[in-house]
Amino acid sequence: MHSFGYRANAVLTFAVTILAVICTIASISDNFNSATPTAEVQVSNINWFQKQPNGDDVVGLTLNISANLQSLFTWNTKQVFVFLAAEYETPQNSLNQVSLWDGIIPAKEHAKFVIQTTNKYHFTDQGSNLRGKEFNLTLHWHVMPKTGKMSANRIVMTGYRLPDKYR
Amino acid sequence: MDWQGQKLAEQLMQILLVGFAVVAFGVGYTIGSFQMMLLIYAGGVVLTTLITVPNWPFFNRHPLKWLDPIEAERHPKPQPAVVPTKKKTSSKSHQK
Repeated sequence: MHSFGYRANAVLTFAVTILAVICTIASISDNFNSATPTAEVQVSNINWFQKQPNGDDVVGLTLNISANLQSLFTWNTKQVFVFLAAEYETPQNSLNQVSLWDGIIPAKEHAKFVIQTTNKYHFTDQGSNLRGKEFNLTLHWHVMPKTGKMSANRIVMTGYRLPDKYR
Repeated sequence: MDWQGQKLAEQLMQILLVGFAVVAFGVGYTIGSFQMMLLIYAGGVVLTTLITVPNWPFFNRHPLKWLDPIEAERHPKPQPAVVPTKKKTSSKSHQK
């Protein structure tokens, strides 16, 4: 501590060390938050349901998504990425996941929403298995904190069924 | 900066930084603002730098008392022997 340079170096290194400690504690404090998100999705209309020339089934839906993800937000949350996936089983694959809609929630104020939307991404099957198919709609989310580890979770909504005929 | 000033500067630096960190975390967590925490802590670091890095007069209150020059002259430093230089030249010539 005998010279200006030594003291400046000591302040800087100690300050950065403490900053790392604060960020670690902030990250740990997220564990005290118990999240209770809710979500509900209605398929209000099957707009079209066709077999493509290459043999794959493709569906156009209108979705009514209402969710309240506000409890995911803590003081250490930067944003939440959320996406809605259709999940179903086929003879070839035990789990097919097709992303239908996604969004980035930048703040807690926007985490409670009701959206009426057509599927943002094509609901296409690898094959022709969708007629009369039971499927789940799963709302996945990834929480991105300001410091610390990203976490992900989901809500599975069951009991959706596609029509037996193309339209 | 004298010895006790250096110790004071180091202790002040550690206490101030930890203190500001505790306050910043407490306020940030209470009002739920990560940004406020960082701002308070950044302010604390700047203040700590201004207090402990420059050589302020209050770090120089315990100057070292050196012996008077007269005292040193009474016990002169032993002079290094002159022999090695002679040896060096002789060895050099020997090498040639």
